Amino acid sequence: MNFNIILEFSINTLALGSLYALISLGLVFVFGIMQLVNFAYGEYIMFSGYLLYFLGVFTNLPWFLVFAISILGGAIIGFLSELVAFRPFRGRSLEALFVSSFAVSLILQNTAVLSVSPRSKAVDLPAIFNEAVQFGEITIPIRNLLTIAVTIILLVGLLVLMKKTPLGIAMRAASENFPAARLMGVPANLVISIAFIISGFLAGVVAIFWSARSGAVEPMMGQGPLLVGFIAVVIGGMYSLTGSVLGGFAYAVLANLLSMFLPNELLSFRDAFMFVIVITFLVIRPQGLIKGTYTEERVG
Amino acid sequence: MNEVLSVSDLIVKYGNVEAIHGISLTIDQSELITICGANGAGKSTLLKTIAGLIRPAAGTIQFLDQDIAGKKPEDVHKLGVALVPEAREIFPSLTVAENLRVGVFGQYHAKQYAEDLEDMFTLFPILKTRYQQAGGLLSGGEQQMLAIARGLVSRPQLLMLDEPTLGLSPTYVDQIFDLITHLKQRKITILLVEQNANRAIEISDRAYLIKNGSVEFNGNADEMQSKIDLESIYLGG
Repeated sequence: MNFNIILEFSINTLALGSLYALISLGLVFVFGIMQLVNFAYGEYIMFSGYLLYFLGVFTNLPWFLVFAISILGGAIIGFLSELVAFRPFRGRSLEALFVSSFAVSLILQNTAVLSVSPRSKAVDLPAIFNEAVQFGEITIPIRNLLTIAVTIILLVGLLVLMKKTPLGIAMRAASENFPAARLMGVPANLVISIAFIISGFLAGVVAIFWSARSGAVEPMMGQGPLLVGFIAVVIGGMYSLTGSVLGGFAYAVLANLLSMFLPNELLSFRDAFMFVIVITFLVIRPQGLIKGTYTEERVG
Repeated sequence: MNEVLSVSDLIVKYGNVEAIHGISLTIDQSELITICGANGAGKSTLLKTIAGLIRPAAGTIQFLDQDIAGKKPEDVHKLGVALVPEAREIFPSLTVAENLRVGVFGQYHAKQYAEDLEDMFTLFPILKTRYQQAGGLLSGGEQQMLAIARGLVSRPQLLMLDEPTLGLSPTYVDQIFDLITHLKQRKITILLVEQNANRAIEISDRAYLIKNGSVEFNGNADEMQSKIDLESIYLGG
């Protein structure tokens, strides 16, 4: 294997890992604070994807505005779904929240099926998403470089938010020990709303790159990233933002390595091989790559 | 004297089990009150209910001029009640600086906070040394100091300490008692739950003995001391 192949593989894996890292971050932001695996997360991505589709097809807005509105739409749907579907059940049981997240997921999926179409719709993305650049002998899709760049910007932004701002510090406190944070005056509603807004915002960004990969949106498009995010988060550690990012990259490395080295006749079983590796890893290290510092809620 | 807190006929249930059966108590401005009683008597439940973590089934909790029974913990904190929880519950991955900053979330005033930080560094020099370290790296006694400082930076009208000496070495136990005595001299109103009943009663103005979710006895330190035999039955000490 020569240097060019390794370089090409690395950049493409880095791009896929970036996308997976964003997906899992969006899941963990909510999970860290509420211990809720939000099954509607995939539909935030789908919702933003459809905004891209509609704005691209029916308006002449410049691209940056289309992207901005779609991402904002993701943040809004995240915020609203929490208000309507999660807040009323909070503090009762985690099971109720869990069922509610399925309900939101199904309602959004079916809304897309009924109001648009059950079939996929081609999204009209700027040409740059389908172009590639040539570095010597290797070809890299510009889309991949964009994914990496956007992910770096977002990770730095989130790092600053979580480490340097009072709100971020309060959110980290709340994800470690929610009742104790409330005792210090951190409002539960505020940190949970912010977590959902960030989650939806990330879903909006993911929607752009996810639909760019397939070139289309469809009502079930959220299921793929949800599964990716869920596995990446489990690999990385459910209670750590850093862990979820690492998990996303680990998942991408594993997926691309398997694609590269599995013989052709086994390639269609790639996911089965993945799951075997992931399960083996979890047997050895059930807490994931990074353990995190979530403390069990005390009784008494 | 001004009444800071007045709890009347408080009933608290966990599901169908009644943990507190109609407790009443009052605290005046600048008083130090100790609540003692055996394990499971309902002391922590009482503090958690006042702080808003548990919603009472009945009764009122009058704090200054309003009824705070059933209010959210963040709102109760905003009104001036700080609970330093049992087992400290500092945020282990946050630095000491960040732990303290969370203590003034939503009520941050740069100048006042800078003064209060200096004050905390004088009270607890270790917090200055460890300011940028993760809270989880501190020893048990240091974590307790951080937890108390985190409560104090919000300048509470009522400071509630739940078992502050639990699991600490004798040196730290002495330091905590010295600190509480010092805070009392500063006229801070304190509600203290303490296993170390004798020492706590000694520095308190008054004390309440709670047994099985009811007030068994209350009185000033001297009256309490004379009932010490009664108390030893409940506390085994």
